[in-house]
Amino acid sequence: VAADESYPPDLRYHPEHDWVRVDGDEAVVGITWYAQDALGEVVYYDPPEVGATVTKDAPYGELESVKAVSDIFAPASGEVTAVNAGVSERPEIVNEDPYGEGWLIRVRLSDPSELDSLMDEPAYRAYLAGL
Amino acid sequence: MAVAPAHTSLHDRHLALGARMGSFAGWDMPLQYAGARAEHLAVRERSGLFDVSHMGQLEVSGPGAREALARILTNDITAIGPGQGQYTLMCEDDGGVIDDLIAYALADRFLLVVNAANIVACHERLADRLPAAVDLADRSPEVAMLALQGPRWADALRPLAATPAAFALDYFEIGEDVLAGVPCLIARTGYTGEPGVELMCPADGAPALWDALMGVEGAAPEPAGLVARDTLRLEMGYPLYGQELSRERTPIEAGLRWACDLAGGRFAGVEVMRRQAEGEGGERLVAFRLTEPGIPRPGQAVMIDGAPAGTVTSGTLSPSLGVGIGMAYLPRDAAAPGTDLVIDVRGKPKTARTARRPLVARSPKE
Repeated sequence: VAADESYPPDLRYHPEHDWVRVDGDEAVVGITWYAQDALGEVVYYDPPEVGATVTKDAPYGELESVKAVSDIFAPASGEVTAVNAGVSERPEIVNEDPYGEGWLIRVRLSDPSELDSLMDEPAYRAYLAGL
Repeated sequence: MAVAPAHTSLHDRHLALGARMGSFAGWDMPLQYAGARAEHLAVRERSGLFDVSHMGQLEVSGPGAREALARILTNDITAIGPGQGQYTLMCEDDGGVIDDLIAYALADRFLLVVNAANIVACHERLADRLPAAVDLADRSPEVAMLALQGPRWADALRPLAATPAAFALDYFEIGEDVLAGVPCLIARTGYTGEPGVELMCPADGAPALWDALMGVEGAAPEPAGLVARDTLRLEMGYPLYGQELSRERTPIEAGLRWACDLAGGRFAGVEVMRRQAEGEGGERLVAFRLTEPGIPRPGQAVMIDGAPAGTVTSGTLSPSLGVGIGMAYLPRDAAAPGTDLVIDVRGKPKTARTARRPLVARSPKE
């Protein structure tokens, strides 16, 4: 069952519809409700390797629905310290709980100041309204 | 100039159900409602209802209609009598496929149900090849079509039927009945691999028919969209025009020799097809399954022993099997089931193996 639309206020948002939750010098990353809704039911997750480097604004992996493939973009740069194996096993949790169990990767931030360029919740909602 | 996509007579029903709509062959059609995977599994396990009103209906009648169609269509149309249909193809003189279709023999005419994208091409071909005494009419704009598919199709239809006619039909037979007050042609056909019926009725009657089916207590079908229709047919290894079938391919290459009367046929393209069927070399359409996680997509390269061998024509994640599946044209000598392949999935090599069609153990016959 897909989640209801929401954009938690404690997250920062990237224009490619990715969110980031800062946790010390690490960050947890996923896709927003809007992104999962646009993609439809997620059926496959192709994650990066733990230890890989991700670069802000560049694709780091792929999510697929039955019909489409979607690149997922890094909202900040750093080294991947964990990938969510739960999504590989049950990809639909991205639809069910995009900000919780459906997280995608954990990153050790190489430049936390990059986060300043991301949107807060009101800014992201305004951005969505303009799409 | 952009032309706004056409609406079927069920368009407001789709919107009311919250369907995600998309443009297909010039029509604004429901791609999915609750979700393509759930709809796919509903059709396999219970029943689903598809609006396929975008498909075309061409009628051919008059003296000499059968003989004329025998020179245009690949299957042996003299083998069917009133109340029977057959899967067949219309080809160019060089064997390239203009369309795949179902030809039904009715009491006083032939009804050709063609793909939405090919209504004009089929009509042009027929107008060009039919003798003057044979009448040709395009009923597509006034006819709506619903596909009720899945093992519980009869439970959904029974409360609506005026007579038991539909339930006495065998696979590929067609009859008439009044369903929920709407006069319908009922054919025991479909393109999902499940038993079921396709219902053709006046376009303005389709909403009442749709509502009645959706309101059947305890056995109502689930609305299903074009994405599920595509994954259902792909699991069966059924070719789709525009993916596997085109003017660049013949029915023989597509594995549709069973729908071509090569021995006695007089249809356009038969000489080319005979040579392909009897000769060596050439390519054949094969189905395959990935043997590791991943999803093949159309256009991706297929390799055998490290060398390019073909291109994926259709690919998806099979909702029934939970693995990536697809189809591709491969050299004939590499087309045997069990051949190891590698699919280039956006730069990542994924191992696959060719397999017999259907890829799932389902049958539309009851």
